[in-house]
Amino acid sequence: MASYLKSTPTRDGFFGKYGGAMLPPPLIPHFKEIGEAYDKLSKSSEFVRDLRYIRKHFQGRPTPISHFSNLSDICGGAQIYGKREDLNHTGAHKLNHCMAEGLLAKYMGKTKLMAETGAGQHGVALATAAAYFGMECEIHMGEIDIAKEAPNVTRMKLLGATVVPVGFGGRSLKEAVDSAFGAYIPQADTTLFAIGSVVGPHPFPLMVRNFQHVVGIEAREQFMDMTGGLPDMVTACVGGGSNAMGLFAGFIDDEEVSLHGVEPMGTSSNLGDHAATISFGEDGDIHGFHTLLLKDKDGEPAPVHTIASGLDYPGVGPEHAHLSTTGRVNYTAANDKEALNAFYALSRHEGIIPALESAHAVAFAMREAKNNPGKSILLNLSGRGDKDIDYVTETFGYSVDD
Amino acid sequence: MTRIDRKFAQLNAQGRKAFVTYIMAGDPDFETSLEIVRGLPAAGVDIIELGLPFTDPMADGKTIQLAGQRALAAGMTLQRTLDLAAEFRKTDDTTPIVLMGYYNPIHSRGVDSFLAAAKQAGVDGLIIVDLPPEEDGELCIPAQKAGINFIRLATPTTDEQRLPKVLQNTSGFVYYVSINGITGAAEAQAGSVAPEVARIKAGTDLPVIVGFGIKAPQNAQDIAGIADGCVVGSAIIDKIAQGQNPDQVLDFVKSLADGAHRA
Repeated sequence: MASYLKSTPTRDGFFGKYGGAMLPPPLIPHFKEIGEAYDKLSKSSEFVRDLRYIRKHFQGRPTPISHFSNLSDICGGAQIYGKREDLNHTGAHKLNHCMAEGLLAKYMGKTKLMAETGAGQHGVALATAAAYFGMECEIHMGEIDIAKEAPNVTRMKLLGATVVPVGFGGRSLKEAVDSAFGAYIPQADTTLFAIGSVVGPHPFPLMVRNFQHVVGIEAREQFMDMTGGLPDMVTACVGGGSNAMGLFAGFIDDEEVSLHGVEPMGTSSNLGDHAATISFGEDGDIHGFHTLLLKDKDGEPAPVHTIASGLDYPGVGPEHAHLSTTGRVNYTAANDKEALNAFYALSRHEGIIPALESAHAVAFAMREAKNNPGKSILLNLSGRGDKDIDYVTETFGYSVDD
Repeated sequence: MTRIDRKFAQLNAQGRKAFVTYIMAGDPDFETSLEIVRGLPAAGVDIIELGLPFTDPMADGKTIQLAGQRALAAGMTLQRTLDLAAEFRKTDDTTPIVLMGYYNPIHSRGVDSFLAAAKQAGVDGLIIVDLPPEEDGELCIPAQKAGINFIRLATPTTDEQRLPKVLQNTSGFVYYVSINGITGAAEAQAGSVAPEVARIKAGTDLPVIVGFGIKAPQNAQDIAGIADGCVVGSAIIDKIAQGQNPDQVLDFVKSLADGAHRA
């Protein structure tokens, strides 16, 4: 059987009808250059060796899987496990693709890394990669996110990055992308644009998935070691969808494992109150690729809301749009309240403060555990929640009851 | 033959260069925008590019991004943009209108429905910046079949290998982006643009119009002099953003048009 990962996407970057490279002419040659370099380097033993070294000796990989036995007992039903990407250096899965993008930039002879960021996780990870490789770093970030995620802004600056505030439109992730592309074009000869998720034009959805695949490869082997078999259910939160694609990639050819993407349902299912793109989106085009998109009545990308800045995006990775069409992955949602409840529960019962993004996957696992006695659920604990503690405690107190 | 083809034949016969302007449809509001558009031909504008407001304009600088935000805030949509074109057509049946924007609003509307409505509104050409030649089946081919020109951008980084692909299904004219950047960036230099225009003209019989980075009458004259014409956008939008009234905006447009037509 041909492996899914080898056959998807097509050479032009299409996952079914989604993906592609819908680029304005000034950007075309630069993304083509990145695609060709990735194509060549991903097959080079030297590149792979360097990346392995970095993963082990700098990032601290492999990250473990933890059995959340207290949480499992409380929920009753399935056993819940978490892949601990919160223990990856910088506290989230984002460093997996950022170090690889930095290494790619180094091999390409670039001297600067550049990107947008939502919650600041990608920005911190990229600034870390830039510092490691001795490169400059420029991060574009919406003003609202800057205010909400102050500790990550401080981290980026300490790591030597220039943080460019974006003050137009919704002043969030979407605008940060537009701003970053504009700033990139004049300096593309010396700079690698390092997209922060499995979104954007080809080759990024492919490349970022493959750089995140390490999560799924490790998790599959570790889970087999721990339990003697495969998990029944595998789940992760989906904004752009990089942590989910990384974990899902490890199990996608295992038909007996069901895969569940958890989107943010925000405060309600009304347009503008959530960012559940696959649940409510239509075919559309944004930021250089075909995908599912949340649209307003005029067909424009709609405003979105979620408690988790890192999931705040009206589009979604094209591969997720594709996998929802084929049915290989089931997409569902958790709202702000469920995510917050999961945030408190994992902190109190397992001693792990999760990122609000990852808390959406925890919420799904807690909900489904009850319905699946005797089964196992592996979730991607994609990031730690230190960045969220001020916001959560100042807004909601120290427990669900506060 | 579209209005664009007829306009170039006429300019050619007169030995004149084309002066093209870009403004965002509905900036700062529908009525003001319509008043400006209606005044453009008398100010010396040969072809009107109308920006189709979009929330996520990844190839545009701040000036055009903000113009789009103003228009969207004032209630502009794809349909209102077509309405504006149709209103203009009531009083002018010869000046070509080119819609310039991104694919998502058109995709959302539906290609066939959009093309029928655009034709009805008197739109003559499309520049859709995020549809490269690889996507020609989406809109480019259907548009040509509907009798609407599909105009493509070439840039300093469009190399010899890619240029034929860019030119293949282009019609009306070729829009040469004179600088390696986004709209509204640094000033274009005629000296460095001339060989590039020659390079493109070697591959096509279509007129080549140069845009991006043209801000003043002398600049317009210099650039128009080495091509078949020039486009000014951000410099005009700046005047609208400053709150100048339509007469003031059109006076500025006339000074640029005079510059371009001296070439």
